[in-house]
Amino acid sequence: MEFSELIRTGQAQAELLRGPEMPPLRGTLCVTGHHLLLSPGPQATPDLWLLLLRSVDSIEKRVAGDAGTITLRCKDLRVLQLDIEGVEATLDIARSIEALSSLESVITSFPFFYRPKGLRLGEAWHFHPPERYYKRIARETWSSPLPVPQTRAWRLSEANEDFSLCPSYPRAVIVPRAVDDDALARSARFRQGGRFPVLSYYHAPRGTVLLRSSQPLTGRQKLRCAEDEELLRAVLAEARPGARGFIVDTRSAQAAKQARMTGGGTEAKAAYPGWKRLHRPLEREGACILVHGAEGTDSTLLVTSLAQLILDPLSRTMAGFQELIEREWIQAGHPFQLRCAHSAFSHTRPKHEAPIFLLFLDCVWQLGRQFPLSLEFGEGMLLALFDHSYASPFGTFLCNSEKERCLCEVRTRTHSLWSGLNQPKEQRKLRNPLYVPNPLAIWPSVEPQSLRLWQGLFLRWTHPPEPSEVAWEKVWQIATDQKTEGSQPTDSASEPQP
Amino acid sequence: MEHIRTTKVEQVKLLDRFSTSNKSLTGTLYLTATHLLFIDSHQKETWILHHHIALVEKLALTTSGCPLVIQCKNFRTVHFIVPRERDCHDIYNSLLQLSKQAKYEDLYAFSYNPKQNDSERLRGWQLVDLAEEYKRMGVPNSNWQLSDANRDYKICETYPRELYVPRIASKPIIVGSSKFRSKGRFPVLSYYHQNKEAAICRCSQPLSGFSARCLEDEHLLQAISKANPANRYMYVMDTRPRHRMQSWWATQKDIGRIILNAMANRAAGKGYENEDNYSNIRFQFVGIENIHVMRSSLQKLLEVNGTKGLSVSDFYSGLENAGWLRHIKAVMDAAIFLAKAIMVENASVLVHCSDGWDRTSQVCSLGSLLLDPYYRTIRGFMVLIEKDWISFGHKYSERCGHLDGDPKEVSPVFTQFLECVWHLTEQFPQAFEFNEAFLLQIHEHIHSCQFGNFIGNCQKEREELKLKEKTYSLWPFLLDDQEKYVNPLYSSTSQKPAVLEPNTVAFHFKFWRNMYHQFDRTLHPRQSVFNIIMNMNEQNKQLQKDVKDLES
Repeated sequence: MEFSELIRTGQAQAELLRGPEMPPLRGTLCVTGHHLLLSPGPQATPDLWLLLLRSVDSIEKRVAGDAGTITLRCKDLRVLQLDIEGVEATLDIARSIEALSSLESVITSFPFFYRPKGLRLGEAWHFHPPERYYKRIARETWSSPLPVPQTRAWRLSEANEDFSLCPSYPRAVIVPRAVDDDALARSARFRQGGRFPVLSYYHAPRGTVLLRSSQPLTGRQKLRCAEDEELLRAVLAEARPGARGFIVDTRSAQAAKQARMTGGGTEAKAAYPGWKRLHRPLEREGACILVHGAEGTDSTLLVTSLAQLILDPLSRTMAGFQELIEREWIQAGHPFQLRCAHSAFSHTRPKHEAPIFLLFLDCVWQLGRQFPLSLEFGEGMLLALFDHSYASPFGTFLCNSEKERCLCEVRTRTHSLWSGLNQPKEQRKLRNPLYVPNPLAIWPSVEPQSLRLWQGLFLRWTHPPEPSEVAWEKVWQIATDQKTEGSQPTDSASEPQP
Repeated sequence: MEHIRTTKVEQVKLLDRFSTSNKSLTGTLYLTATHLLFIDSHQKETWILHHHIALVEKLALTTSGCPLVIQCKNFRTVHFIVPRERDCHDIYNSLLQLSKQAKYEDLYAFSYNPKQNDSERLRGWQLVDLAEEYKRMGVPNSNWQLSDANRDYKICETYPRELYVPRIASKPIIVGSSKFRSKGRFPVLSYYHQNKEAAICRCSQPLSGFSARCLEDEHLLQAISKANPANRYMYVMDTRPRHRMQSWWATQKDIGRIILNAMANRAAGKGYENEDNYSNIRFQFVGIENIHVMRSSLQKLLEVNGTKGLSVSDFYSGLENAGWLRHIKAVMDAAIFLAKAIMVENASVLVHCSDGWDRTSQVCSLGSLLLDPYYRTIRGFMVLIEKDWISFGHKYSERCGHLDGDPKEVSPVFTQFLECVWHLTEQFPQAFEFNEAFLLQIHEHIHSCQFGNFIGNCQKEREELKLKEKTYSLWPFLLDDQEKYVNPLYSSTSQKPAVLEPNTVAFHFKFWRNMYHQFDRTLHPRQSVFNIIMNMNEQNKQLQKDVKDLES
């Protein structure tokens, strides 16, 4: 295998320091194709320390006398220090880590080799988010209390089957029934990256919708596109009579104006009757909303996915949240590979890197703090998503779009993160023991007094978690006591429950 | 009541200061002898005690009416719009009068009647018994005794009658020392650590202008250090910032030197000359600012958090400029130093500031709380407040502005103490029997003047006011409502290290939203974890009981 060329040395004796609260580990250090291993020595205790090389963000080496020190700063914000015997060994190990942690090839990455016990390939890849979501909308529109015309307003289009309309969209998207595939193709040409307006969320209680797209390519000549205008007109026509639309531009007005110089731009008011453009976030029920920034793959997704968490109780369940991330981030073409190539500690100048997904997770965490009973998943789930989006043995966050994932055969050759997370043994870490389904919208407060530093993430490795973890354990205990007792009072408390 | 002209105004609007939609509630405003009451169209009642009002402002007339803004000491801010200016003016004038009483006898506690008979009232007052508390600590013992020197408040008016001092300190020494200390507040025992045999003592500053030295005071300090068999070194902790104390520092050093010499002489006479014994007193400054700095810091904090629609960076820079959290950290650091001196070095510590009733109370009480799990229970916390704050003469009436007095005497010293405790509950979620609501409720009542505990400035004054006959004690009422204040995660067994060692890295000091925005409902988490856990706990208990019943 080609990895062997990159591995300069087999092994060395080393001591690992993991932070102020953890005891140092001593043993034999070893670099493999995807991992850094430290085995505690010949008496071989089972606790082998393992680090995925992909999670190394930056590496620093120093040598003094006949020993060396390597400092690893990881993408999950952890800082590790390795004290290694031997100058040569130190330099060799450092070079090997450097080379192996920055490999760009997707198909040689660890998820293509990871074969955990108890999981089957192809499991939990059964999500076909747009299709599933379309079925849900179809169900909801049929049972909707609103007048009949809009029930058949939407259709699942496979115009992007071969990714020719839009390389960053999935094969199937949800669009107004009144607009045919040819019109979609023309609208796609009018939008940056081919990201024509598609349905993101259907708000059944009001019969209104949330759409997303990229910016229109109006440019300096203020170009127009009849099909694009028709598409948005169709949205309003199918919604409630007299419904109004808002176009939320996530950029500042200034930035949007500047975009015109480079061929981008905004929708002209006259061309889109009934739609009003805004450059600031707005919460309003009873109106249809189109969200876009420039490319429509970053802040656009942030806004649409957060809006769904606020409005849609289903997206706040464990399964619903996974589906939301799969549909609104992964399938919607957030370029994870580019955005998460490096994290905070990297020395290289960022090109495409940006912590957009982390920003989303932080927002969800703030939401969870303000509504501690309304999310079925807990902080552990958000931390896991953060870790896996930057470096993971699973294939879920690989590549930048569905098209790339198809080319790399990610679905058939790697395991899905969801199948990993949905194993019973993981649940205690990921779930919120206090969850009570809440059918209402959860409107958070955005005053600065209501926002907090996410200590669980940003101070995870510097801060002894003990008291709060013990307290959390107690909360779990109280909550599970309640559930088990509530359902089946047993006669002997000492008998272990299955 | 002679101050009330208008008792009822209709069609008054109540604005929410943080609501984004500028929604208002319309209702009727009532003015009673003790409260301002607003009942909105949903029959929801908002009661504001006159004693809680810190500031009433009448703003310029608008088209919708006359705005009346009321800021309360419990950090409630209400914004009314009264349709007619004349009504607004009447209410404004009445509130100005009613919120500032001239005499103690006009405070709410003297008219508050919870329908208890005299024996119930008396039992309420006996709930916290400080003699019992000293017994629990393990005094009197072979080294410490109860002194009757202040039995008639002759030596120190602001101390309680019963004081514990080293057994070898004779009455002339105590009297001599008290003359050398500001307001006669000589060194006495605040907390005795039974295992370590070390003591926390408290006093006021020495009167350096009076005399360069005072032999009796030196003897008393020696007696304190001798009362600790485990360690003859002792700390003298000055809670004031060093830079303010430069001149005073010189005289303190002198005292140290004199005592040193005395010790050296004695040691020589006994025939051993261990150099370490020479420095049996160590001075430590901890840098807590004075009441005026604290008052203006809180003022700045309230200005920042009262501003609507602040950007995140403006909020944080405002928080930083207010300096409030820096002051909280200074108090915490001092308490940690105190606890460590006792736990790690087995050393006794004498704490003082200027008069020994503000910063000294903060540090002694918080230090004891770190050391002794008893003070982290509901009852123990009441005892702690009675001991280190009420009995040792923290001037509640002046600091809380109960009466119309000198505004320069008002300062949020006790609020800071509660905030320090809240920070500890955040770091140690299982170490406290009580929850945040308990702290908020106590804060409510230091200003409410509904109960007698916090009225007056020292025990002598309280006795003169006959508070135990004329008013009620707060504590039994809090105990009656105990289930509201219990921390469902409390675990007395999980306190393996009984001593709390808080982390004081800067990021642990957070803005206490639930205190400063307790009435701004829109800024809060909309769901309470505590409530649901408490309910679950209750249900669990009920189910367990059911199971038992079924089995038997």
